[in-house]
Formats: sequence, C-alpha cells, structure tokens
Amino acid sequence: MSEHNYQPKSKFGKWFNDRLPLLTLANHLTDYPTPKNLNYWWTFGGILTFCLITQIITGLVLAMHYIAHADLAFSSVEHIMRDVNYGWLIRYIHANGASMFFLAVYIHIFRSLFYGSYKSPREIIWILGIMIYLLMMAAAFMGYVLPWGQMSFWGATVITNLFSAIPLVGESITTWLWGGYSVDNPTLTRFFTLHYLIPFLILGLVVLHIWALHVPGNNNPIGIDIKKPSKDTVSFHPYIVVKDLFALLLFLILFAFFVFYSPNVLGHADNYIEANPLVTPAHIVPEWYLLPFYAILRSIPDKLMGVIAMLSAILILAALPWLDTSKIRSAVFRPIYKQFYWILVLDVLILGYVGAMPAEGLYLLIARIGTAYYFAHFLIILPILGKVEKTLPLPMSISEPVLGGSLNAEPARSKENSQKL
Amino acid sequence: MSDQKKVNRRDFIYTASTVVGVVGVGAAAWPLIDQMNPDASVKALATTEVDVSLVQPGQSITVLWRGKPVFIKRRTENEITEAKAVSLTELKHPEKDEDRASNPEWLVMLGVCTHLGCVPLADKGDYNGWFCPCHGSHYDTSGRIRKGPAPTNLEIPKYEFVNSNTIKIG
Repeated sequence: MSEHNYQPKSKFGKWFNDRLPLLTLANHLTDYPTPKNLNYWWTFGGILTFCLITQIITGLVLAMHYIAHADLAFSSVEHIMRDVNYGWLIRYIHANGASMFFLAVYIHIFRSLFYGSYKSPREIIWILGIMIYLLMMAAAFMGYVLPWGQMSFWGATVITNLFSAIPLVGESITTWLWGGYSVDNPTLTRFFTLHYLIPFLILGLVVLHIWALHVPGNNNPIGIDIKKPSKDTVSFHPYIVVKDLFALLLFLILFAFFVFYSPNVLGHADNYIEANPLVTPAHIVPEWYLLPFYAILRSIPDKLMGVIAMLSAILILAALPWLDTSKIRSAVFRPIYKQFYWILVLDVLILGYVGAMPAEGLYLLIARIGTAYYFAHFLIILPILGKVEKTLPLPMSISEPVLGGSLNAEPARSKENSQKL
Repeated sequence: MSDQKKVNRRDFIYTASTVVGVVGVGAAAWPLIDQMNPDASVKALATTEVDVSLVQPGQSITVLWRGKPVFIKRRTENEITEAKAVSLTELKHPEKDEDRASNPEWLVMLGVCTHLGCVPLADKGDYNGWFCPCHGSHYDTSGRIRKGPAPTNLEIPKYEFVNSNTIKIG
C-alpha cells in the first residue's frame, strides 16, 4: 500500500479527494499488487461477492411481493410464482442462489485449508470469514422458513429447539425466540425481519474481510511471503479482474443450469405443502449445505452433547490458525498434510451423505466414525503433524521455479532456510 | 506503586458513572428484548376444552393447544398393563405410569418430541407407543422415552376432567 500518496490528475478530483479520499481508495483497489501465480481457486472471492449482491437484489424484489404472515405467506409465495411478472425467475434465482452461495463458500473455505491461507498473518481474515459463514447459515435457515411450507415449519421447529438443550434457561430462550409456545406467526415475522437484516451485516463483514486481506495481501498457491509490488505481483486491474470475470461466467453457467433446468432439485417437495403443526414430515432433512453438521448432531445419542458437538464443529474452525502448528502454509510443500486434507474433504462429503439418510443402523455408525474423524483432524492430527512432518523445500520467490529452472534450485537451499519461511 | 493504586475521588466518579451508564443501557434494552416474549393475545389462548365422548379404547385424538399438538389416548387394558409392568430402573427418565395418567384409561400428553420438537407417530416404534421420525426416539405406551436421543418423557400438560366427557387442557 505504497500508493497512498496518490494524486488525482483533475483539479476537481484533487479538490474532492482532499476532502474524501475515495479516489485514493479506487486507485488502491486498481493497483493492488496481487501474486501473479493465483490459480482459479482464488476466483471464488469475487464469485461470492457476486452471490451476495444477487441475493440482496433478488431478495429486495421478493420482499415487495411477499407477505410475512402465517396465514398468507404460503399463498403469497405461490402468488410470486404464478402472478408476479418474472416472479418465478426472481424466486428461483434467490432460492438456488443460496445453494450457489454455499457451494462457492465451501470451495473458498477448502481453498484456504489447502493453501494455509488462515495462517499468520491472516488469522483475522479467516475469523471474519467464519463469522460471515455463520451469518450465512442463519440467513439461509431463516429464509427457508419464509415460504411457510412443511419443511419450513419443521426445520424451524427442530433448529429453534436446539436452544432448549441449554440447561436451566433453555426453555425460556426457545419461548423467547418463538414469541409463543411453538413456531407460529410471531416467529415468522421476526425471522423475516432478521432475514432482511443479516445480508447487510454480512456486507459489512465482507468489507472488513477485504480490508483485512489488503493489509498483508493475498496468500498464493506456493504460500510464501512475497515482496509487493515486485516481479512476483501483477496489478489487480486488469489481470485479476478479467480472470475473476471469466471464472464468474463459468460459474454462472452452472447457476443458470439450476435456475432454468432443475430449479427444485436442491429443495424438498414437502415444502410445497403448507405448514401443518400437527404433522411432521416422515423424513425431515435440512438443505444440502447443512447436512454434514446435521449428521454430527444426530450421531451423538444425547441432546445437549449433540448440540454442543454440532456447534463445536463450526467454531473449531475459528481456532484453526492455532491448531495447525506448521509454519509452512501451502499443502504443495506438505506431503503428509496433503493426504490428510483429502481425507478431510472425503470425510465431510460422507458426513453430508449420511446426514441425508435415516439416522439408524449402518448410516449411524458411519456418521459416528465420520464425526470422530472430523474432530480428530483438527484436535489431534493437525497439532501433531505440524511438529513431525518433513516438509519440502520452499522456493525463494514465485518466479524462481520458473526462471531458475531445475539447474540450481534444489541444492542451493538447505532444509533450515525453507523451514524459516 | 502504592500511591498510584490508591483510590481517589476521580476513580470513584469514573466507576460510578460507568455503572449508571450500564444500568441505563440495560433498562433501555429490556423492552426491546422482552417484546419478543409471548404477547397477551398468545397467552390468552392458554386453555382448551375437548370433548372426548367419541373416543373408543385404543383410539387417540390430537388437538391443538398453544400451537402444539396434544395427544389424548384412551388406552386399552393391554397397554395399561404393559405401561405398569415396566420397572423404573429400565427408564432413562424414571416416572411411574400412575404419576403420568391419574386416570389410567386416559393418557393426555404433549405430542412434541422432547428432543427437537417433532410430532411422534402413534403405534410405532419398539415399545408399541410412539416413534419420532426425525431423529429416532422411541416412547412406550406411557409416553416415556425408552430409546433414542430425547432426554425426557413426553410432557404431561396441566389438565382436568371437567366432567366425564370433557377434558380441559391448560
């Protein structure tokens, strides 16, 4: 951020910038030096920004037609689908947009896990990210309640009942959340209000997330510190902007496929039945993006412990920068970690799968093993691995492996100075 | 060192004004928090009277009370015997059947699983009572938890027989 002495060229620009340095900010964002070896896994930050803006705009439009009342919500959603001009399109973009948002955020998170982007000096970026993720889950959950279908109602009942596991005050807290003795109209109206609020909280956190990112600059696929600006960096505009836009176009193809060709495949048919407090659907499951945590909840045969395990599974991520004791960021130079990384990916996918299945027999056993492994990865494997793993030597710069070739790269460095980095 | 640690008038004023400020903010926040609790119109629906004259032994009806289903089950002789035969040591949440159903023929309880609030299905599960499809809790013919993640027995609401045909819940 050496460009803070930027001076606008025009007289008016200079006058304005002296009073509110917006042009300095714009110049910083344009010239922001970015590692030149960023791969396509790094484009999901931009994609996620697009997802958030899309959800806010489509949500704003839906709120013009939606009625947050237990007697009218269900039919107002059908009204949007059948009567409102392009209502079907806007609602399908919003509903599938939530899934696309989570798909992108999971790729973004697992990118961080692979390349060690959460490590010093980027812990705050990471923790802000976890906070955004938690708010996303809250927003998605409350949004799913609004159509007031069977899954909406029973999803809301199950999730709010999680709070009743808290000793002593649990019952009072659930009653307070509901505004009654069960999920009902007061619950719906407050969920609508909060569903409207949360995206703007997320937007605020996204600004902090990007601000915190711009202090140390981006991590990169080989995970070494680089000089900025230098031969190892390119300016954000046009290089990264164009790459991000291209990736966004590819992402939009998938997005459009869901919206136009299978808009309901990620939802549940039961949610097209209006909420009925007397009948629970036979097979109640959350949306796909919450399934791994749902599997963890169900794998523990005790109510309070199940809830604690589920919350810990998310919150443990916030402690990750301190649980992973390795100084080497990128898995490219951590041959053992790389294997555990892929086992973790597989473990989460398996948990997601069993989360969608009935909690009995073999599925329950798999869920228990998967849950145990999930926690073992963070609490046992990572702390120990960082101490015992023999890492590969790090290059001195991004350019080196390319320009230095294989002639002098390997023997020139000892193990020690690769560890120091 | 000891001079610096001495409490002087300014420290007292500083602490006292902070305390007053915190209490003031708390008092101002309370209405904003309490408005989310059940309002007067919700509380007004606190009792329901149910006519049970048409319920035959073995049958069960479900009524809505405070937005929640209430199961009113007229139990058969077999079901009552089965419920009474269970020894308390087998139970996760030990309660005698007599304490749950003062009139053994009629079992009145909230149809809300004590795990996460789903409605259990009648005449299902390993104990001939109720089974919750959400996370697999099994209840016996007295509505007591026998197997699965639910921590307690199905809750018995406050109720009374107004006459032999009418139950008042709440």
